[in-house]
Amino acid sequence: MYNFDFVKPSTVEEAVAALQDDEAQPLSGGQTLIPSMKQRLNAPGTLVSLLGIEALKGISSADGVLTIGGVTNHATVAAEAGAYPALAALAAQIGDPAVRNRGTIGGSLANNDPAACYPAAALASGATIVTNSREIAVDDFFQGMFTTDLEEGEIITSVKFPIPEVASYQKFEQPASRFALTGVFVTKYADGVRVAITGASEEGVFRWAEAEEALTANFSADALAALAVPSNAMITDLHGTAEYRAHLCKVMTGRAVAAAH
Amino acid sequence: MPKDGIGASTKRREDIRFLTGKGRYTDDINLRGQAYVHFLRSDVAHATLNGIDTSAAKDMPGVLRIFTARDFDGVGGIPCGWLITDRHGQPMQEPKHPIMAEGKIRHVGEIVAAVVAETLDQARDAAEAIVLDYDELPAVIDMKAAVQADAPKVHEELTSNLCYDWGFVEENKAAVDAAFDVAAHVTTLELVNNRLVANPMEPRVAIGDYAAHDDSSTLYTTSQNPHVIRLLMGAFVLGIPEHKLRVIAPDVGGGFGTKIFHYAEEAFCTFAAKQLKLPVKWTSTRSEAFMSDAHGRDHVTKIQLALDADNNFTALRTDTYANMGAYLSTFAPSVPTWLHGTLMAGNYRTPLIYVNVKAVFTNTVPVDAYRGAGRPEATFQLERVVDMAARELGVDPAELRRQNFIRKDQFPYATPVAVEYDTGDYEATLDKGLELSDYAGFATRLAESKANGKLRGIGLAHYIEACGIAPSNLVGQLGARAGLYESATVRVNATGGIVVMTGSHSHGQGHETSFPQVIAQMIGIEPDQVEIVHGDTANTPMGMGTYGSRSIAVGGSAMVRATEKIIAKAKKIAAHILEASDADIELKDGKFSVAGTDKSLNWGDVTLAAYVPHNYPLKDLEPGLEETAFYDPSNFTYPSGCYICEVEIDPDTGKVTIERFTAADDFGNIINPMIVEGQVQGGVAQGIGQALLENCSYDSDGQLLSASYMDYAMPRASDVPMITVDHSCQTPCTHNPLGVKGCGEAGAIGSPPAVINAVLDAMHRAGKPVAHIDMPVTPAKVWAAMNH
Repeated sequence: MYNFDFVKPSTVEEAVAALQDDEAQPLSGGQTLIPSMKQRLNAPGTLVSLLGIEALKGISSADGVLTIGGVTNHATVAAEAGAYPALAALAAQIGDPAVRNRGTIGGSLANNDPAACYPAAALASGATIVTNSREIAVDDFFQGMFTTDLEEGEIITSVKFPIPEVASYQKFEQPASRFALTGVFVTKYADGVRVAITGASEEGVFRWAEAEEALTANFSADALAALAVPSNAMITDLHGTAEYRAHLCKVMTGRAVAAAH
Repeated sequence: MPKDGIGASTKRREDIRFLTGKGRYTDDINLRGQAYVHFLRSDVAHATLNGIDTSAAKDMPGVLRIFTARDFDGVGGIPCGWLITDRHGQPMQEPKHPIMAEGKIRHVGEIVAAVVAETLDQARDAAEAIVLDYDELPAVIDMKAAVQADAPKVHEELTSNLCYDWGFVEENKAAVDAAFDVAAHVTTLELVNNRLVANPMEPRVAIGDYAAHDDSSTLYTTSQNPHVIRLLMGAFVLGIPEHKLRVIAPDVGGGFGTKIFHYAEEAFCTFAAKQLKLPVKWTSTRSEAFMSDAHGRDHVTKIQLALDADNNFTALRTDTYANMGAYLSTFAPSVPTWLHGTLMAGNYRTPLIYVNVKAVFTNTVPVDAYRGAGRPEATFQLERVVDMAARELGVDPAELRRQNFIRKDQFPYATPVAVEYDTGDYEATLDKGLELSDYAGFATRLAESKANGKLRGIGLAHYIEACGIAPSNLVGQLGARAGLYESATVRVNATGGIVVMTGSHSHGQGHETSFPQVIAQMIGIEPDQVEIVHGDTANTPMGMGTYGSRSIAVGGSAMVRATEKIIAKAKKIAAHILEASDADIELKDGKFSVAGTDKSLNWGDVTLAAYVPHNYPLKDLEPGLEETAFYDPSNFTYPSGCYICEVEIDPDTGKVTIERFTAADDFGNIINPMIVEGQVQGGVAQGIGQALLENCSYDSDGQLLSASYMDYAMPRASDVPMITVDHSCQTPCTHNPLGVKGCGEAGAIGSPPAVINAVLDAMHRAGKPVAHIDMPVTPAKVWAAMNH
């Protein structure tokens, strides 16, 4: 790790001001940033910790919307997001206890790792990403692996999840990292079904439109029978071919539908 | 008798310090004024190294000195401890193994330069300022391509990338081929034994120290065998006589073979400490471990089994390509040859066997012994081809094995691959395995799995292991450049307590608990009167260390021999005091008595007399009570066993889960059953890791793809089922005093074929038969096999 300066502001305004420095980077739970710094792959001049900002923490539920503060860690979501059980269950399955007690929802969404779990939940829920300067509809937020609509220095302050009628997240784990080899989040709202898939695509998290249409008409795994995810944009690596991942998209979607409650 | 003698499942005394953070590992040692080394390692696999520009780096803050290959003029290469003679009578090709790359880079992770600085961060900073001038060369990765005539050479000075072409037993080759010509059935199988990274929990560490006042060097290192390191490094690399060199390996946090070998980092730290007159410390990062610890396995094999019309095995032949990596690690050449070819008879009477092994240099990390070392590779191919033959012939795989077993009344049994099994009872372990696994009840469980939409299969494997490689004069003929005895000094103190100084060295095996059980049993005192000292060349006799499941069979035997000498001398002392003849003295429950009388002395009375020799036969007997024994076994020991695995497969994802696992072993006599069970469980977990999860993978450019735990899948607790372990079948070894056979590697040897046989059985039963799937059988591979 290279030397760096560290600041820990207590308000969003102070954090935004500190991030005006070109060499500054925001630090949330640090579950990706710190390891990359230890490997000297990342060398910020200043780390601006967001963990001192109380306004960014916590979970609340009102009018059918669950709002989670940007630096709320996974363990807290697992314990306190009972209003949205599938989301709480997802948080409970991220990494290990150490990761869950450090990693945050804002950090995960801002990083947009193509195998992370939270992007699937946000995309499948039609969530709204709230930042220090604006609100971003999730369909505009993810822009390919490790890329989002966030500007430099922009901070996720909270995420608003409309609570679905039923939902489920089904993750097939990559055997080594236990990230999602393919993970599918399915939600059913009054106006339709959304299906978001992580871990599988070269483009990062994506919605499976054909499945959404079929499941909106008939919310049953049988509705997927004639569908297939094309494998051409899927990831091939040590742990599975594109063809295998395309297959898993369908299998895990079916399981999520069957498990949705 | 002591309540915790031989046969007691005593809890491990060393675990108290390990589990409460009080262990003293090498990295816990920090010497005053120590400097730190950071090794600049190559990130390319194969290149001509034209120059190393350290001009910017050497003046950076805290830098004490930067070393490159040219600083090692007059220093030897890392030696190889085993010379293989090929099938034409020629010695293997043995390239120089320099401490740092000399003009050429041969694998990712090879040391190119070393920066010693006051702090580790300063060393890393300076290493980034070193500029390498190199020209990349095409990487040699695939073994079969490597031995083609037009392949680029890993070592220009060699005639090719072929280290050796070994045939065993060469004289049998024609007879074996002839037997295949007349066979009623031939089963042929091609397979890969996947490359593994050992991944001990404690990474390697080395600290070199130099004392100017007496011109002596000390190396603290994570080693399974400090005396071997002292000999190899002192005599062959640095030219330091052994009386000026001390090697200390304190608590060692796992090794699995990978801490047997002498590594460049050890020689570097010892060398640099003397140059700089400062202690020099290196602690491997996990990333460095992946690209510098010797890897394991990596064989590509074709095996064929010939059977007659009655399903008797008539001949076996195998052709293996064995990866050596870029250089020969300490015992690398012996692994695919003498530790592999000699095991190809397995538990069977196969009368004719021929083994060919081509060892190949590639631009990869050196490959050497990893838990089992050659024996897992032999067992895997043999137990797979036997299962495959049973499938082809439509017979029960358990019964095909039973039919071809060496029978209980045939021991001692000389195999056609040059070893003589002393004892065994393979039907007994088979029957025990079948019973404990409820083999007969499989159909019910299969039906349950089917009802849940799952495939289910059962697979078994039998293994034979050869432990305690010996005797020294034989292994010398086979090319070992070392003896393979073990040593022990038993020092009885005046008040009766005992310190045993042994050349064996625990890296997790529980020696501090089980060794005292043996001595306590022999004398009739409690084990807590006995302390084990190991891991330091300054206070233990020259010994060969711990690997190859040898410690109880060889090291334990040395302790027994030394203790026998102690008892003999103590009886003489007792006889003198009791005014009786030596021959009439009996030792029981720690008490010396004169047969047929009520005259007796306690253990402590005699030990005190040895050191306060007032009433003592000084004319005939030296004072003191300390004896040393070196034990050189007359043969290997041959543990064996039956492993049965039951799996479920999710047909939608291809994911395999292990539902049941049974290990029925014959380890001969057992000192501590709890420790033995733990050894089996750990070995089975590693075998399951190899079978389902672990894979060290290079791309065609020689880049290590599985270079961290993000891509190298280690087994976790949830991947391993509850394992039923039984060792009630016991045919004691006939040639060592304890009748023990060794248990350290069995689990890792017997389990991979049992797992794979179960997976293939499940697919066969589900109407999706495939001949073979290479390890690890990941979900993706199983799914692909079932759907193509």
